[in-house]
Amino acid sequence: MVLAALIVLTVITVLITSVEMGPYNTAAALLIASIKAAVVLLYFMHLKFDQKIYGIMVGIVMAIFAAVIVVTFFDYLYR
Amino acid sequence: MAEHNHTKHEPNYLEYQGKHKGLLGWLTTTDHKRIGLLYFYSMMTFFLAGVVMGLLMKFELISPGEQIMGAQTYNGLFTLHGLTMIFLFVIPGVAAVYGNFFLPILIGAKDVSFPRLNLMSWYLYIFGAIVVLASQFMGDGPPDTGWTFYAPYSLKTNTNVVAAVTGAFILGFSSILTGLNFIVTMHRLRAPGMGWLRMPLFAWSLYGTGWIQLLATPVVGVTFLMVVAERLLGIGFFDPAIGGDPILYQHLFWIYSHPAVYIMILPAMGAITEIIPTFARKTIFGYTAIVISSMAIAFVGYFVWGHHMFTSGMSSTSRWVFSLLTFLVAIPSAIKVFNWTATLYKGSINIQTPFLWAIGFIFVFMIGGFSGLVLGSLATDIHVHDTAFVVAHFHYIVFGGTGFAFFGALHYWFPKMWGKIYNTKVANLGLLIFFIGFNLLYFPMFYLGLMGMPRRYYDYLPMFENANVLSTVGSWIMATGLIIIIVNLVRARKGSGREIDNPWDGKTLEWTIASPPIVENFEEIPVVEHGPYEY
Repeated sequence: MVLAALIVLTVITVLITSVEMGPYNTAAALLIASIKAAVVLLYFMHLKFDQKIYGIMVGIVMAIFAAVIVVTFFDYLYR
Repeated sequence: MAEHNHTKHEPNYLEYQGKHKGLLGWLTTTDHKRIGLLYFYSMMTFFLAGVVMGLLMKFELISPGEQIMGAQTYNGLFTLHGLTMIFLFVIPGVAAVYGNFFLPILIGAKDVSFPRLNLMSWYLYIFGAIVVLASQFMGDGPPDTGWTFYAPYSLKTNTNVVAAVTGAFILGFSSILTGLNFIVTMHRLRAPGMGWLRMPLFAWSLYGTGWIQLLATPVVGVTFLMVVAERLLGIGFFDPAIGGDPILYQHLFWIYSHPAVYIMILPAMGAITEIIPTFARKTIFGYTAIVISSMAIAFVGYFVWGHHMFTSGMSSTSRWVFSLLTFLVAIPSAIKVFNWTATLYKGSINIQTPFLWAIGFIFVFMIGGFSGLVLGSLATDIHVHDTAFVVAHFHYIVFGGTGFAFFGALHYWFPKMWGKIYNTKVANLGLLIFFIGFNLLYFPMFYLGLMGMPRRYYDYLPMFENANVLSTVGSWIMATGLIIIIVNLVRARKGSGREIDNPWDGKTLEWTIASPPIVENFEEIPVVEHGPYEY
């Protein structure tokens, strides 16, 4: 099931490159990659079944990382 | 002063003979205290080398025209000075030396969580240092890019950039592993009864620092790999001639390198926060506010990197966003300064050498901080960007902040680390001379920058001469103070001074154990029943 979701998401990543969305193509690619990474973390790396504190810590790290990317893209979107 | 009152059942960490003796015993040690000292001795060596480079540059700038070196040598020298001081001294800095030595003791642990990984971090640090320094002698000459390796110049110059960034990449791993080790140690090894809000504030500052090291350092690691890949394979990440974006390099570089400033300054602030209540004989004012401000600095510090790029061609929306965020980071820094001074209010102040260093720290840090607001403001930054003003600001924060805290912490913890007390009169005299020299060296640079003298030039217009002469003379005075300070400490180390466990009447856990501490710090793991600064 998880493997199937990852394969489907990979196919979507490839297909979406043929849709012209300007700078949002990158955003879409990043979003799909993030979903895939989250699925891997939750199921393959057992985050979902572990103590909550680990999920919170990973969540904070991901949020900071996402925020850094968003702030960087401010420059590219408005330059 | 409490005299030595322990009956020592075990040898201290300096005397201890394990499987290996002598130098090999030190090189294979997993004792956090010995590793702290390994960092200390190696960092002091690099620091003194960096000081000599700085003195040579200041001598070159004593008057217009070529004095002792040409432009290319000067470019190589300021790059090496920056690499040495940033990557080999201030980034490992207070955390690697005093963090390693004191973090486990402060939280009542026998060692860090991963002692072998800790030793590996030091080896990576030394290996990275060797690669960085070897870049000066291999290939086509020393890098001349400045410590920032800005693209596209770092992609075009024929100098030996690849080796230098590879060295910095390796040093990054040392930093990441140290940060990881400290975070896990604080989560797992606190003594019974030591809740998070009973941890000494130096430990809290190391916690914030650890997260920055862990999360920000990989970004610069990847960036340096991209520079190497671009130079060797011509991929086109940063070079506009082949479709790259040089501003992307600046983004990636500063996403790490601005938080790196907080890697340098947060443990320094933590050390000052230990010193102030000890000599004010008073509980720290606003413990929780300092904890929150440490974490807030670590967090907000991630989002201010763009203030290094106001004149780089970044979008105007990004500029005001970064300017706003930059002003926000001043708030937690100011909270700390307020709390330090509020702790002194109605305290029973005992003026000793470490306290004088702490006061000196607050003075120079405030000058550095306020000049940072000038640079964080868009309009004024455009005027002073890439001038000597930035160099002055930077040195007031990094040398004035981290450097003062490093030596303040050294004078504070020296009796604990080596079990000896130094001559306080000589130490105070050294500090006074150092303080005068420091300000005479760097303050004229604010003026020079405002008048328009650019940074990183070996020559200048005659109108800048007077202030440059002052600055160069300041560098000699500062070096004199530094020599007095170091000679005094070396003499104390070699002397046969009394052994004193708690010369300052400190309350945190390191002052409850023998000086120098025994191998696993505590004969019995303490049970903590109150906060760290109960006076």
